[in-house]
Amino acid sequence: MTYENIRLDHRVILGLVEPCSTILDLGCGTGELLYILIKEKNVRGQGIEIDEKAIYKCVAKGLTVSHSDIDSGLAEYRDKSFDYVILNQSFQQVKKPDVVLREALRVGKKVIVAFPNFAYYQVRLQIFFKGKTPMTASLPYEWYDTPNLHFLSISDFIGYCRKRNIKVEETVFIGKNKTVKIFPNWFALTGLFLISSGKKCQGE
Amino acid sequence: MTKERRDSKGNSVGVVQAQYFTFDALQLESGEKLAPVTLAYETYGILNEKKSNAILILHALSGDAHVAGVHEGQNNTGWWDAMVGPGKAFDTNKYYVICSNVLGGCKGSTGPSSINPKTSRPYALDFPLITINDMVNAQKRLVDHLGIEKLLSVVGGSMGGMQALSWLVRYPEKVRSAIPIATAARHSPQQIAFDEVGRQAIMADPYWKSGNYYDGPLPAKGLAVARMIGHITYMSDVSMTEKFGRQKKNNTQNVKFTADFEVEGYLRYRGDNFVKRFDANSYLYITKSIDNFDASNGRSLQEVLEGIKAKVLVIAFKSDWLYPAYQSKEIVKACKLSGIEATYCEIDSTYGHDAFLLEAEEETHLITHFLKKVFYEYEVTGSYDI
Repeated sequence: MTYENIRLDHRVILGLVEPCSTILDLGCGTGELLYILIKEKNVRGQGIEIDEKAIYKCVAKGLTVSHSDIDSGLAEYRDKSFDYVILNQSFQQVKKPDVVLREALRVGKKVIVAFPNFAYYQVRLQIFFKGKTPMTASLPYEWYDTPNLHFLSISDFIGYCRKRNIKVEETVFIGKNKTVKIFPNWFALTGLFLISSGKKCQGE
Repeated sequence: MTKERRDSKGNSVGVVQAQYFTFDALQLESGEKLAPVTLAYETYGILNEKKSNAILILHALSGDAHVAGVHEGQNNTGWWDAMVGPGKAFDTNKYYVICSNVLGGCKGSTGPSSINPKTSRPYALDFPLITINDMVNAQKRLVDHLGIEKLLSVVGGSMGGMQALSWLVRYPEKVRSAIPIATAARHSPQQIAFDEVGRQAIMADPYWKSGNYYDGPLPAKGLAVARMIGHITYMSDVSMTEKFGRQKKNNTQNVKFTADFEVEGYLRYRGDNFVKRFDANSYLYITKSIDNFDASNGRSLQEVLEGIKAKVLVIAFKSDWLYPAYQSKEIVKACKLSGIEATYCEIDSTYGHDAFLLEAEEETHLITHFLKKVFYEYEVTGSYDI
């Protein structure tokens, strides 16, 4: 498989992750990202996924994956047992993102969170002019069959990190085919954050 | 995925034969010594030159060494025939599969119905209490006898899963992987309770005679009732409804309390049939060993799994209320806390505990890929095209 065929968000994560690190992918789906990370970055990775059919696909790829609900906790993992915990597009789908993120920050030295930006300009326009629940490339679902439970913007998440004393180490804002540098809360479809526990937790 | 599914219906291993391995003595956990000990076993496939393709299958309470294929002149296929054979989950073209009847059993291995060399009569209750670990220690002797240094995998459902866990904890250097299915690291009071009712049914049978029934009529009613209780716990509300509904039998006699409903007839049939093939004392000894089993012997499971390199695949079934999924999750949790790579899947099945024998398609998919990974020692598959 060629590098260009890799999804942009996966490519971004691939760029953020240190080689040979350990990774826990929360809501790993069919295991594409984990597979690429193991292949390209030689990481030791495992996933958690709630969908049984997706588990079968993970196992077919040779991945180590656990069939469970990330909302029900990460109690089976020790503190800081992974270099990275990844929540790629699963963050907005959990029941209690606040609790899940706290747990992710407990078991991971760093956490990568990526979610659809609800303040993307098209979202704003669709609500403003059409008065309808918006649908975009990163929010492709009808209101009645969306797996998303929470709708947040890039600004929301930045504010949340500040409030929770979470350190934002890196941000990447993703548009249609490239990353976005200017006014990301307007022009990015997806916000991707590399975060770690705040200053008081550092050095643990 | 389609390929494996097609293959899972593949060929049978054909006609197979039981073999017997007798060794001098076995030191039991109780402190007693059992001598001599015979294990009945069957093998399928060919052991490769490196002896790296051996899989030990571990049977459940009422199982035996006959996992797959047929015995000469008989029609009954082995108890996991859908899973063991050429092109199946335990692919006998690739792997060497071993299964032995457990210690305490009644299908060729030494158990309470075997002849006690000291008295030249069946042991009956002179047979010492055995444990799951004793069964595993006996299997270890067999595996050594077959010249196998390290098993590719130990796998079993229900009580077989307990043996797989016991192997993992006791002989971690002897196994490259373990697949505990629909099992628990230790029985809950509910599970012990069901076993106790079964034992009481046997012991309440006047023909049981404190276990000394081998020269007279068998405690058939008691054993049949025990089996009926077992069958109830192996099924689910849904699977019973689907199989029987409230359907009444056609040919009921005009007698009070006859088996009117299909489900009653089924349980009676299953109970009566079981008596023909199983020894009541074996049932007592084996259920007791299951109830007494604790994979970590009072310590935390995580602690005893620490440092183990084997890979683990844990499988549970949604409608299994006898061995509920939470018990499998506890095993997975302990594996993870101890640093073992564990894959876990809870298969959406309505068959209850019986699912581990019936959901061959899903199990085949999971086990085929898991074994491949362990056998070839790769992190992920070579090609992305899946």
